[in-house]
Amino acid sequence: MKLDDVQRIAHLASLELSQAEAEAVLPKLQAVFALVEEMQAVDTSGLAPLAHPILFLRDLAQPLRADVVTESDQRTENMQSAPAEQDGYFLVPRVIE
Amino acid sequence: MSWHQISIAQMSKALAEKEVSSTELTQYFLDRIEIGKRWNAYLDVSTHLSLEQAYKADKLIASGNSGKLTGIPVAHKDVFVTRGWKSTAASKMLEGYLSPFDATVVANLGIPDELNPNGAGMVCLGKTNMDEFAMGSSNENSAYGPVLNPWNSEYVAGGSSGGSAAAVAAGLAPIATGTDTGGSIRQPAAFCGLTGIKPSYGRVSRYGMIAYASSLDQAGPMGKTAEDCALLLTAMSSHDPRDSTSLADSGESYSRYLTQTWKQGNSNIAKPLEGLRIGLPKEFFAEGLAQEVANAVNTAAKALQNLGAELIEVTLPKTKLSIPVYYVLAPAEASSNLSRFDGVRYGHRANEYNDLSDMYKKSRTEGFGSEVKRRILIGTYVLCHGYYDAYYLQAQKIRRIIAADFQAAFEKCDVILGPVAPDVAWRLGEKSKDPVQMYLEDIYTLSTNLAGLPAMSVPCGFNSSQLPIGMQLIGNYFSEARLLQVAHHYQQNCDWHLRQASEVV
Repeated sequence: MKLDDVQRIAHLASLELSQAEAEAVLPKLQAVFALVEEMQAVDTSGLAPLAHPILFLRDLAQPLRADVVTESDQRTENMQSAPAEQDGYFLVPRVIE
Repeated sequence: MSWHQISIAQMSKALAEKEVSSTELTQYFLDRIEIGKRWNAYLDVSTHLSLEQAYKADKLIASGNSGKLTGIPVAHKDVFVTRGWKSTAASKMLEGYLSPFDATVVANLGIPDELNPNGAGMVCLGKTNMDEFAMGSSNENSAYGPVLNPWNSEYVAGGSSGGSAAAVAAGLAPIATGTDTGGSIRQPAAFCGLTGIKPSYGRVSRYGMIAYASSLDQAGPMGKTAEDCALLLTAMSSHDPRDSTSLADSGESYSRYLTQTWKQGNSNIAKPLEGLRIGLPKEFFAEGLAQEVANAVNTAAKALQNLGAELIEVTLPKTKLSIPVYYVLAPAEASSNLSRFDGVRYGHRANEYNDLSDMYKKSRTEGFGSEVKRRILIGTYVLCHGYYDAYYLQAQKIRRIIAADFQAAFEKCDVILGPVAPDVAWRLGEKSKDPVQMYLEDIYTLSTNLAGLPAMSVPCGFNSSQLPIGMQLIGNYFSEARLLQVAHHYQQNCDWHLRQASEVV
């Protein structure tokens, strides 16, 4: 991992890092990846990835529910932590000029 | 009466026999929270909301509509969203956030109302401090300051459920909820001298639990005794249609074996655990384990042997690899889960920005702490095109080997015993500069999350600095009631779990 990689992934993750911050975090990330490299020595050929522990025990079908209304209108409660709001809508900066 | 020194099982009796009211108990703990602020265990407390719930609990008791837990106060880790109390996950990102709904865990334990008719009737005391978004092993990553260990306030309480652990250890709550993604219930329980259990993946609903790594996150109780944990877990766990990984067969009495012998029909009361095979994984006692911790765990193993259990050496060959596997998978899932924080619908929004994408970036950059950002960066990197196979998929394949290794061990034994952590609590600040150093401390707890197995922490001694030591019991899938049974028999024959920190009055 290089300094360019840090800025590239920061951008992908929608995070901003100053050059100094990127330089400070780089050795810490490199240390983590040095640890992660230990995985490469393991022979995993023929093994299926395990995404979720219960899949180790049995197949899980995606549960479905009946398509019925289960909740009442909670617009006021849902809006109470909005950073910017107007007439019951979330306000964001102009997207289309 | 020193209500903070008794178990919730005893408290339940006192409430039923009208020796005390829920209002009195609640006020008692609220007063203790007020004088116990120095541990920084709580992030939000609301006297009037708690007393309002206690009043309702007292009415339920008076009308004969109460259950075992009705009226008993409980503290919730701030990772569970709650109506009324702020829900921040100890992040600046969610400062002041008010949830429109209760997490299923909170609803299952809470006062029954029209939205939640089946609540157990417990009274919420407030929200406990934690590592930001549950990312940390020392509770030093909280945006609201670290939690101090009630056994010695120069030491960490452990993490990420450090606030819950300190609250119970300092007598600021009789019991608390926690969550465990890589050891976050068991390690702070061990560091603070408590009993805690992380159930099998899927036992407890994750609905309303602010997500860190969804395939690893599980909630569980942290209390004084195995009996208390069994009571709370029974009420916490349920099948929840709002969590697609919630198991249909959740919901059972986890207390049902507590007083029974391991083998049915065993009448030798001196050997209640006869027939129990306990596996000691040699990798859990290898290099890196502090001698005093090894001694305490070995002494506990002997105590279990005296109760009739048989000790067997087993092997979990990929134990060391659980660290890199976890620190690939958990950040990968976290980077995806935390993408929801964009400053649009809730959470922090930067004051100044140029356009929408700049608003996302600045809001996230200001809202997240450094460890959270680090894990998002790691997760984003391992999911990148070109690295995905080498890191993310390889980690998921080794995860399968780790799960299979446990099954091989469980062919030889019923329960696995080892330490919770390589050492006792460390000094505040001692490991916070080097993240990898802190990740290595999780070596004994990560593999059970990767495999989805139940595991618990049980106090088993103290080191020479009078800091608590915890042993870990790991069971096969869905054997929580059996783990709690073993721990209960152990606790009937020792007093480690009853000791009180000298700093606590």
